[in-house]
Amino acid sequence: MTKVHDRVLVLLCCVGLVTTFFAPFLDQAPNRLASSTPLPLLNAPGFEAGAVILGLGLFMPIALLTSDRVRSLATIGASVLLLWACLAAAGHLAALRAPSGTPAMRLSLGPSFWSLAGIAVLALLDAAQRARLGLGARLGLVGLVVAGFILMARAGTFDSLSLTKEFLAHRAEFATELWRHLALVCAALLLAFVVGVPLVLAILRNDALRGVVLASLGIVQTIPSIALFGLLMVPLSSLASAVPVVKAIGVEGVGPAPAIIALALYSLFPLVRGFTVGLAEVPFAVKDAARGLGFDRRRMLLEIELPLALPALLSGLRVVTIQAIGLAAVAALIGAGGLGTFVFQGIGQYALDLVLLGAIPIVLLALAADLAFQLVIGVVRR
Amino acid sequence: MHPHDVVVRLAHAPSLWLTLLLVGVVLLMPHTAPLFHAWFPDLPRPVYTRASFVALTLAHLELVALSSGGAALFGIGLGIFVTREAGRDLAPLVGALAAIGQTFPPVAVLALSVPLLGYGAAPTILALWLYAVLPILEGTITGLRAVPAAVTDAATGMGFSAQGRLLGIELPLASPFVVSGLRTAVIINIGTAAIGSTIGALSLGSPILEGLATSNSAYVVQGALVVALLAVVVDRWFDHLASMTSFRSSGRGRSITS
Repeated sequence: MTKVHDRVLVLLCCVGLVTTFFAPFLDQAPNRLASSTPLPLLNAPGFEAGAVILGLGLFMPIALLTSDRVRSLATIGASVLLLWACLAAAGHLAALRAPSGTPAMRLSLGPSFWSLAGIAVLALLDAAQRARLGLGARLGLVGLVVAGFILMARAGTFDSLSLTKEFLAHRAEFATELWRHLALVCAALLLAFVVGVPLVLAILRNDALRGVVLASLGIVQTIPSIALFGLLMVPLSSLASAVPVVKAIGVEGVGPAPAIIALALYSLFPLVRGFTVGLAEVPFAVKDAARGLGFDRRRMLLEIELPLALPALLSGLRVVTIQAIGLAAVAALIGAGGLGTFVFQGIGQYALDLVLLGAIPIVLLALAADLAFQLVIGVVRR
Repeated sequence: MHPHDVVVRLAHAPSLWLTLLLVGVVLLMPHTAPLFHAWFPDLPRPVYTRASFVALTLAHLELVALSSGGAALFGIGLGIFVTREAGRDLAPLVGALAAIGQTFPPVAVLALSVPLLGYGAAPTILALWLYAVLPILEGTITGLRAVPAAVTDAATGMGFSAQGRLLGIELPLASPFVVSGLRTAVIINIGTAAIGSTIGALSLGSPILEGLATSNSAYVVQGALVVALLAVVVDRWFDHLASMTSFRSSGRGRSITS
């Protein structure tokens, strides 16, 4: 008798089939303002639509496999197929529906596309976790998926999608804002580091001061980002108009200065707390042994405490980086630029593909930072 | 605790004074024109009047309460489900989803809900709800998993039904983690609700955004001050709730295990 060994796969498959038949895969509109007509997946060319259904349908027999390892590896294969097939189907369906000479035509990715792609990613993550893939294998898998995407993009598969059209129309700006976003995040982290490290050393052996510092940084952490940006604007602009030197180095009420300061303020709490906790957790026996070997306080800090506290510091840095990538998006509202510019511009013009042009890279940057830190933390712990 | 003790404690609590300060600032804002006029002499209209700050604060709280309340029901429910026998298969997937979902920036979630529901309060509530589910779910799962097996075994041995054990023992013991997840969710939501004004929701972000768009720094300061104070006040009250739940649960835990 056959038995279902993976109920998650069956659930994902059923949800996928429901959205395939009842939700639009793409939305087509003659221009940005007109209402759109839904295009189901079954309108896509037979080969790609078939590949999507095949990838999804494979989940069912795979769920019956007995061996955990074989089932996970088969799931990984089927999910990659599903993801690639979704991308190809979306691109080719759009190409079919947008004859040349209709530049205003909008072909946007619909709910069915997003759910199928989401299901593929979820199944992939779940299987990668169950198969206990090492970090190298995980990176290889990400590389494989990305390579397929790049090959299709190179071949012009996505050219008719309006997301691609927005990207091509804003190509130069996109590069500028992407770098600006990264620059904001890096500058904020650097500032937080420069302020945070002396702060940690100052509060390390002073319990009373530690309480006060952590409590006040915790309060800063609760203040909404847009409020902190706003509250920094006014003092900075009066400072800039009162002291010409400050203005000369580029500090103004609006723009990158308040954004970097606010992002750095948000970063201080997780950074300082992670670092202090890491240093406090260094075993007493280790420090005692080092002291016995004649280490002075400086050598103790540099050679014993810092290396042992490194994983905790890195996990603090991971939280802070992901947080800063997301919060930097809000900085576009105070004129600091970054990928948030596209998000808010798109919201203002009801150009939802422009919103995606900003939001998707922000999400990908956050995920990439997460993966990179997991990798580094894994290496350091070893 | 005797009611009198509660009163004495509150009188010494900064949260009460901060709350009164918030109420005072919100109520007195319409009368601050001379102050803001002196601070920003170039502005013809130094106080935001398109909506009263009372209405803005209530609208803001409504967005946060609706989304966080819905997220609490869903997140705690799903957290309970995946820690029972029936939903155990889903646990790794849900855990991974909660962890990855939290790397999504709130602004992105907010912007991505516009295609689904258009502009206004509805997409804002959807985005806030989605974003709030994740920390609550994570807190519930962590909390329920942290209940020692010895405690649940003892409860079963004492004749507790599965339901009685969940309601009477596991959930109270998990409550500090649940409250901590809820706190994270609500604080993030207070901030994201302010950004919800960019997609047309009325909130304390409205004066900030109008101020930014029209170079009226006074509006920015007014909105930012009230929303920052609101976040700090709510966080302080969660601090009380957290100390209450951890006191209660550790007390109960001791009486069960000893």
